This record gives sequence, C-alpha cells and structure tokens, in this order.
Amino acid sequence: MAERNSPAAGDAAAKRQFRIWRGDDTGGDLQDYMVEVNEGEVVLDVIHRLQATDAPDLACRWNCKAGKCGSCSMEINGKPRLACMTRMSTFEEDETVTVTPLRTFPVIRDLVTDVSFNYEKARETPAFAPPADVAPGDYRMQQVDVERSQEFRKCIECFLCQNVCHVIRDHEENKPAFSGPRFFIRAAELDMHPLDARTDRKQYAQSEMGLGYCNITKCCTEVCPEHIKITDNGIIPMKERVVDRRYDPLVWLGSKIFRRGETPQSSVTSARAAGPAARPNLDGVHSHAGGSHDPQAEAQAQSGVNWHREVPHPTAPAVDERGKLPLTELTFDRAAAPSPFGDDVTFPLPPEHLNFAHPEQDKH
Amino acid sequence: MTTTTRIERHHYDVVVIGAGGAGLRAAIEARLAGKKTAIISKSLFGKAHTVMAEGGAAAAMGNVNPRDSWQVHFRDTMRGGKFLNNFRMAELHAKESPQRIWELETYGALFDRTKDGKISQRNFGGHEYPRLAHVGDRTGLELIRTLQQKIVSLQQEDKAEFGDYEARIKVFSETTITELLLDGDRVAGAFGYYRESGEFVLFETPAVVLATGGVGRSYKVTSNSWEYTGDGHALALRAGATLINMEFLQFHPTGMVWPPSVKGILVTESVRGDGGVLKNSDGKRFMFDYVPDVFRKQYAETEEEADRWYTDPDNNRRPPELLPRDEVARAINSEVKAGRGTPAGGVYLDIASRLPAEEIRRRLPSMYHQFKELADVDITKEPMEVGPTCHYVMGGVEVDPDSGAAAGHVRGLFAAGEVSGGMHGSNRLGGNSLSDLLVFGKRAGGHAASYTDTLASRPKVAVPAVEAAVETALAPLQRDTGESPYTLQQDLQAVMGDLVGIIRREGELADALVRLAELRERVAKVSASGGRRYNPGWHLALDLRNMLVVSECTAKAALERRESRGGHTREDHPTMDPQWRRVNLVCSLEGDTVQLTRKPLPKMRSELITLFDRAELAKYLTDEELAEFDALAEKES
Repeated sequence: MAERNSPAAGDAAAKRQFRIWRGDDTGGDLQDYMVEVNEGEVVLDVIHRLQATDAPDLACRWNCKAGKCGSCSMEINGKPRLACMTRMSTFEEDETVTVTPLRTFPVIRDLVTDVSFNYEKARETPAFAPPADVAPGDYRMQQVDVERSQEFRKCIECFLCQNVCHVIRDHEENKPAFSGPRFFIRAAELDMHPLDARTDRKQYAQSEMGLGYCNITKCCTEVCPEHIKITDNGIIPMKERVVDRRYDPLVWLGSKIFRRGETPQSSVTSARAAGPAARPNLDGVHSHAGGSHDPQAEAQAQSGVNWHREVPHPTAPAVDERGKLPLTELTFDRAAAPSPFGDDVTFPLPPEHLNFAHPEQDKH
Repeated sequence: MTTTTRIERHHYDVVVIGAGGAGLRAAIEARLAGKKTAIISKSLFGKAHTVMAEGGAAAAMGNVNPRDSWQVHFRDTMRGGKFLNNFRMAELHAKESPQRIWELETYGALFDRTKDGKISQRNFGGHEYPRLAHVGDRTGLELIRTLQQKIVSLQQEDKAEFGDYEARIKVFSETTITELLLDGDRVAGAFGYYRESGEFVLFETPAVVLATGGVGRSYKVTSNSWEYTGDGHALALRAGATLINMEFLQFHPTGMVWPPSVKGILVTESVRGDGGVLKNSDGKRFMFDYVPDVFRKQYAETEEEADRWYTDPDNNRRPPELLPRDEVARAINSEVKAGRGTPAGGVYLDIASRLPAEEIRRRLPSMYHQFKELADVDITKEPMEVGPTCHYVMGGVEVDPDSGAAAGHVRGLFAAGEVSGGMHGSNRLGGNSLSDLLVFGKRAGGHAASYTDTLASRPKVAVPAVEAAVETALAPLQRDTGESPYTLQQDLQAVMGDLVGIIRREGELADALVRLAELRERVAKVSASGGRRYNPGWHLALDLRNMLVVSECTAKAALERRESRGGHTREDHPTMDPQWRRVNLVCSLEGDTVQLTRKPLPKMRSELITLFDRAELAKYLTDEELAEFDALAEKES
C-alpha cells in the first residue's frame, strides 16, 4: 500500500520533511525524518508509515482514525490537533511538519502524554443523579430539552481543550483547583439535563471546579474538533448564573427561603437564562452585555424605553480561595491590564440594556 | 528466570478484559453484585471501538410502532442470521434489550426523543418496525460515555463509603493481557503488561470476562481500530475454550480503499440508490455482466433502462448496482482479480458525473462532509475508490446462552459482545450489536460474580506459568534477527484479504492455510527493536500471535463449510444448504494446532419455531425438520 500512488496523483510520491519530538520524561528533542507522503494522506498516516519504516518504536496513540474517538491528540506545527483529521494537503509542499506531544500534560514517551489529570477531574465531577421517583422506562423528555445537553455529549474527550487552556498550560500550580473546559461542559450538560436531581451544579462548578479561573478567551472552542461551543453555550451560561446566585442579595434571601439553587427569576440574565426550560434558544450570544438576539427586546428598544428591563445588579469578581483574582500580571496573557468591563463585553452595548429615554419621544 | 519478583500483583474477584460496551456493562454488574472488579482496557478509558457504532441500538420498545414486540425482533434476528443463530441468545436478546436501554437513561444517557417524550426509534435494514434507539449518528459514543460515567459514579459511591475511588472497581487503562493462567481447569489469573512502562502485571482472579471485540486488523481493508487483533478469541482458545462460526465475517461491499486517510470507512448504500455507478479501470460500468439468473427479471439489461429507473421505477427495472450486498461484492472482487481494478485494489464508485454537485450535497450531506473533511476528496468532482471492507466478526467464543460461560474445558471464563459467538448466526443485523453488548455484558458480569461464590477455594496461579508468560512476552525484544512486526502484519493482511476475503474458493482457502503455516514460522521469530516503554512495535509483535491463530480458525472453517450463507460466500458452493444449517463449526486448540469439529445446532423450542410461517421456514429447514414442524403445527391446531 505504501508504495502505491493514486492514479489521480499521477506522479511518484514525494518525500517530505517531518520533525518529531522523541524522548521521555527524562528529556528528548526534535528529530528529523524524510518520509514519503502520498496524496490524500493525513498526519497520522505519515506517522504510521514512519513506524513501519524508520521508527518502529515511535510511540503514538490512535484508535478509530476517523475523528470519532479522540485518541490521536498532538500538537502539529504548534497547533493542538487530531492527527487523523489533519490533512497533509493543508501544508505547503516544502513546509516542515513539526509534531510534538500535548504540552499541558507530562510526557510518557514521544507523542504520548500522561492524561490522567483528566480522568481524576472526571471522578471529582459529581455524576448524574437519577430522579428518585421515575422508574426506568418512564423517563419523558422533549427533544428540544435534551438537545442542549446533547451538544456537550458530542465530546470525544480528545482533551485538546484542556491542553490549550492557558489556566493550566504552563501553570502546573493551577491544576489542583481547576477542572478545565471539558468538565465545565460536563457540569453544564448535567445542569441542563431535564431530569437530573441535583440542583447545585453551577455552585459546585464555581466553588469546587475552578470555573472562576476561566476568563473566556475561547481557545477551547477554537480547537474543539466536534465544534462544540464550549464557551458560548457551556461556560458563559454557567458563569452568569453562578454570579447571579452568589452576589445578588435578593437571590441569596430567596435561596434561603426556597430550596437552595432553585432561584426565582429576578435578575436581568435569569429572565433569559434561568433554567433550561425557560431559555428559548442557545444558539444566540449568551453574554451579559454582548449583542442581543432577542427580537422582543430589540423591538422594544426601537420603539423607545424598555420599562420592564430589570437593572443588573453589580457583580463582584470571581476570586479564588485566597480571595484574590486568579491572575497576576506576571502570568497574565497580555501586556496591558484587562478590560474593566470584562473580555466578553463588546461595544456598542445592546440597546435593551440602556435606560436612556429620548426627550422627543417622552413628550408623546 | 527470576523476573517474577518484578511483577506487580493484584487480587480481584472478577477481571473484565476489554473496556467497550460489553466489558463496561459486565464490570458494572459484577461491582453491583459486590465483587471487587478490575477493567482492563487496551487503550485509554472511553476510546473503545464501540464509539464507531452509528446507527443505534435495537430494542423492541414499541415507542414508534406499538405493534413491535420481542417476538418480532426475535424473528428479524433469526432471519438476518439465516437461522444459524443460537436461538436462545436471540430470544434473550429480544426480550431483555428494552430494559437494558431504559436502564441507560438512569445512568444519564440522552437518546433522541419522540414527540411524546419517549426514546425515538429509527428504521434499519432487516428490522420490521422502527426499532433503533439512537442519538443522531453517534449512538456508540453515547453508549460508551454513559457506561463510563456510570462506572465513575460507582467509584464516587465507593469513595464516600471507603475513602478510595478504586476500592471496588478499578480501570487499568492501556494495559494488555497476553495470557490467561489456569489452575487445573479453572481460571486463576491474567498476565499482561502496561503499555506505558512495559512492566508486567499479574491479576489473580477466579473469574475472567472476555469482552475484547473483533478481529478486523487481520484484514487489509477494515473499519476496525488497531486493538481489534482477536486477543479474546486467542486467549480463550489457549485456555481450553472453543470458538464457533469463525467463518462468518461481515464485509461491506463499498468501503473506501483510497486515499489512505479514509481507507476502510464505509460508503453508504444510498450513494448507489441515488444514482452512483460502479466502473472498472477501463471506465466500463461492469455490473451488467454480473446479474445472476435468479435476479435477471428484476434488473435492467441496458444502461438506458437502468438510468430511467431512478425517475420512473414503476416502468423500468432496477440498475444492477442495487443487487444484494454479496452480489455487488462478488462483482467488485472479480473485476479486481481480473486486473481491472484501481491501483489501490478497488473499483470506482462514480456519482460525480451522474448528478449535479448541488444535488449530491443535498442528498448525501454527511458523506460529502466526511470525505471532504477527512480526506479532501470532493465526491461531487471525482469518483470514489471502493472495495469490500471487513466490518464485524459474527463468530467467537462458544458460550452458554444464559450465563455467557465459555464452552470447552475451562471454568471461570465468560465472554460477551463481539468476542462471543452464536447470537448473530451467519449475519448480524445493524443495530443488534449495541443491544447485544448490553444484554450479554450484564449477563456475563452477573454470572461471573455468582460463579466466584460457588468456589470452595481460590484457584492458585502457578509460578512456572508466569515465568513462561514473561519469557514469551520478552522474546521479540531479545531477538534481533527476525522480521519486523509491521512487515509480518502486512503479509498476514494480504493473505486474509486476498484469499479468505469476502468471496472464497476452495483452492484459495487451501492456499491460505499453507501461507498461514509459513507465516506462523516467521511470526515465531519476529523481533522488535527499542525498549519496553510504550513501544508499539513490540506490542504489535505480541498481537501477531493472536491474529495468526484466529486467522487460521477462519480459514479452516471457511474451507470446511461448503455452502454460502450470510457472511460466508463460497463461489464454488453458491447456495444455502439446509443440511449445513444444522451444523456449527467449532474450533479448539490442541497444542499449537487448530482443530475443527462439527457440532449440531441446538433445536429451537416449539413455541419459538411456531412464530414463523411454514413458507419461510421451507427456505431454511431440511425436509425432515419441516415434517417435525408440520406435526407440531397439527398438534397445536
């Protein structure tokens, strides 16, 4: 097979330059290989060819070779990718392809890393709690309600989102307190599960999983091979509602009177983001102050003042257990200070969040 | 040898080998029965081949059509398997799969829903009613993730009770078992290595559940992952158990053979249903030459008539591209063998020149996107290169239908899922594998647990057996004169793909056995370079031994069965023979050699056989059996 060439390719297979990190936990370096590449191949095919020829003991994980199992995660030219989904045709003919192991996890050998961090975090995430009074076979759920959680259940656990997350990439010290995007969407999935009996998924994500460390740079969403909107549909809704609960005195009072976690809808975000059943659409932007996708609010804003708008309560920053922001200038990912409005706020603000009344219209 | 001192030892009540659907379900059951359970996973936890299942899990819940029942599902399964199935397994499977699916919801699974909020069910080939519980086209992923998360939830319970997640159930990921160890005729332990460190590990256990999946890596073109090397089949054989129905492999006629990035991935039959045609390297639409006489009346004779069928099916006959799967596969096979195939060993499947690009994208969106994303192949612009692809093995460990206990002369060994045989007969229906995993996984796990209660004393692992296992495992690393394991695997794949593939002939099968015997000599001398830490070459060298013995079983059984049925097609014996339906071919190991014996099929109970019409049974049963059926029917009326 290796010697064959597609009739469509016409010419003989070309040799291409690969640089692959070889080594183990004691150290290693990039090694150069000239390897045959045929038309239509992906990086994993080339690694397999190397194993069958020059490097029989080259360590690399893979299983399905169809983008469904999430085993062959590695960094290709610095980008976290699945090797089975990275076509050779995406590189220039003379481009050197550099393949390195995932950087966030300890190296075992060559391209194989110790991803046990993720399995530990999985164990620390409370499991689905079945409703006590529903017998097997009697579960009834609407498609529209299960679809929210189904998006997160598409996750193939390739751990590319965990690898790319700057909270733990090069920050070993954050690992104990931070579960990472993969498990934030697990928490979101259970939070949105129509029949999950636990009601404290968001609080748990904030207090035990380190949700507050996330400052929504959306790197995880960018690398997700399943195109799950990790930040927009998972993390941001979780954060908003956690913030509501933690810092709104009315909500705090309510949660003392009602059951913990079952919050009455009282703040600006909870009207759109209270529970799965109340939210009409998750596709829209789901930010405190991002663009509005709510046609009713848009219409109201067009016609004048939205008198039903609830005033957003001031929210305190999400701090870690030492009472500090989980960032220092030294480890922060940009040179200047962060935006005081938060990274997810874009200007102009959506009109329904503004209470400006036009004097001309007021006269009528 | 003194290496035994460096072996890590563990004691478990039940050890489950394999972490796919069947293995995880078995482990859950053993743990729920209070047994200390280990799960051995060849890859990382949650990566098993079960994730590849797309269609769904068949269970007669009757959510979409209330007329569905276990009896109808049972009938469909027996029909699909051409009546060679173990009827008791088909019966248990049809009866119990709805409960197994509903149970998954209590573990957190989220299936697609019907309008009234129940689990939605979809139609699938061979199932009379819509029956497949599904989640889009990723049902297998949902199943494995659900079971994985249930195991985590059990570990959380144990953490609360004992302060240790792994007090009663532990997953040993990236661990391969190379040998089962016996005490007399009882299972005493399992020996293997950690991929990560190359260190050896010994599990002392009275009960082992095999759930290792299939054998597809012995074939050149396969949809199976690297793990599918027939480990469980071979471990069972070496421990004294038997395999049945090893001649039956499911091939899909149109899997991609080129480019390599998508080799083995299936091209759905609807590509042909929507106008795709098969062409050889001369550009000829060859299927017209391969219409068998029995089908002559239903299929078009000219390209013009065939092309009219797509728009006017009432007044024209079907194009020959839509012949049954085995006929299409046979035709492709003949073209390739006659030298009219593509360089990669397939033929062209052309839809690009038949429909406008827009129309192709509209009708086949997932096909279009899959090939575009994985291989940059634009099916609206160029023809695909396709050929028969190895997909599933029906044969496997011969088991007791109720308990999953392996037959033969070994106790304490159980098997479930693809590694077990009998349930699917000669051909598996789509959707029946996922429900098979759950039903028989639970049964095997539960019976393994209760088997350990019956033991008066714990079987003991003999030290010399461990030393022998260590020596066998290290041998490829210590030799430097042998061939590369990769070369040997390619040669094995060539023999199986070319000579024991989808269409079989007596001469080729005999030839295959000769070549397999030669390969056995070469595999015995295989050498792997490098060290013990995560060395895929070494791991492949150890897997080769298993692939080889399982391939021998398949080749021997295929040579013996002189008929065509389901997943076994003999060009020299092209029809089904009712006498052969009464026979299972059983493989066992004597010393190093595979022995083949014939064993009568168990006779279906009267209340089950009377679920079928006489006219249908007449296609499968002998005159003698039909006379019995008539007597039975008369007595009942």
